Amino acid sequence: MFEKISNSSFITQNGLDFHVVPTQLSLADQLGSWKARWAIGRMKYVVEQGVYVVGNPDSNSVVLVSANYKMSLDRLRSELTDLDAWILVIDTKGINVWCAAGKGTFGTDEIVQRIETVKLAEVVDHRRLVLPQLGAPGVSAHEVKRRSGFSVTYGPVRAEDLPAFLSAGMKATKEMHRVRFPLSARAVLIPVELVMGTKHIMLFAACFLLLAGLGRRGYSGSLVLSEGLAGVILIFAAYLAAIIGGPVLLPWLPGRSFSIKSLWIGLAAAAAIALYSFNISLFDDRFTLIAWLLIVPAICSFFVMNFTGTSTYTSLSGVKREMRIAVPLQLICAAVGLGLWLAGRFV
Amino acid sequence: MARLRYLVNVVTLELDVDKCIGCQMCTEVCPHGVSAIENEKAVIVDRDACMECGACARNWEP
Repeated sequence: MFEKISNSSFITQNGLDFHVVPTQLSLADQLGSWKARWAIGRMKYVVEQGVYVVGNPDSNSVVLVSANYKMSLDRLRSELTDLDAWILVIDTKGINVWCAAGKGTFGTDEIVQRIETVKLAEVVDHRRLVLPQLGAPGVSAHEVKRRSGFSVTYGPVRAEDLPAFLSAGMKATKEMHRVRFPLSARAVLIPVELVMGTKHIMLFAACFLLLAGLGRRGYSGSLVLSEGLAGVILIFAAYLAAIIGGPVLLPWLPGRSFSIKSLWIGLAAAAAIALYSFNISLFDDRFTLIAWLLIVPAICSFFVMNFTGTSTYTSLSGVKREMRIAVPLQLICAAVGLGLWLAGRFV
Repeated sequence: MARLRYLVNVVTLELDVDKCIGCQMCTEVCPHGVSAIENEKAVIVDRDACMECGACARNWEP
């Protein structure tokens, strides 16, 4: 089913269907975005494909193309205050423009077909589409033109630059073409990573909790509570340091590869644990301490490296190169750490 | 803020200058300013900034 858009209406005129939408986002629209950011219903946050109407467009008004991920459409229409425009929402399977373009679902075929299905040639007299620049990885502008008759103009990366782009006669400045990765864009990734990662880290922590009962005198429930709980706290501390510290501190962490960047967080977390453990003599044996000094950086490294996928500037070749080296190291650190920690149960 | 840069000498980006007709699409679709037009031909000016999104490859006019 499709997401409801507040204060919108569906009209049919001369056999053409239109969704009339406001440029003001309602509280419900914003709540929907917030939920998607927390991975609640994020994979089915979909609006219906078709022609959307903003303001009072006529047959000469601009046609903007967008994805059928609701956050994409919402972001776009919220920047169109006082403008008259048509929005052609294409079926990207509920995925945002850039990711869908990477997969090819925001692509030439879908645009050409959608132009046909909605009879766009009957809606407007001109033959020009404005696409978000980040749709370009999936679209061949010249092929769309050849197959549909509609020429493609790539607009700015960010919807917020659209009014300036349009009033400049569809000219984007250099700045409008560039993708940045400011703190706001990085921080917004934290909730969804938290939700996605928590499943894995919980499983990992549960293993420690169970194994913590092992000891020289057999299995002990009190060990589960003391040693196990301490382990769970350390694992979650490392995890949170990575998930929050990674994206927030990204530009300031030395190194280019994410696995090196993550190392600083891992080392800082490990140093904090070491200091803390000396102060309160948390661990009676060196095995356990060294084990944590290996496990904690491994956890940090893994989760920070995960951000290569959501970052806006990493290449696949680069990610493959760093993973070839980093993943075995992470596994070795984690495995040796786990071995030492288990050994620590029995000394 | 320091500009975020990824690994050096790793991307697979290639430019065949002989095929370039100077349509400028590569500079228009690139999110990281990897190419520029000099003397009506495309040149790669910041290769390591390429994230291999493929936008330029899909949009040059043969």
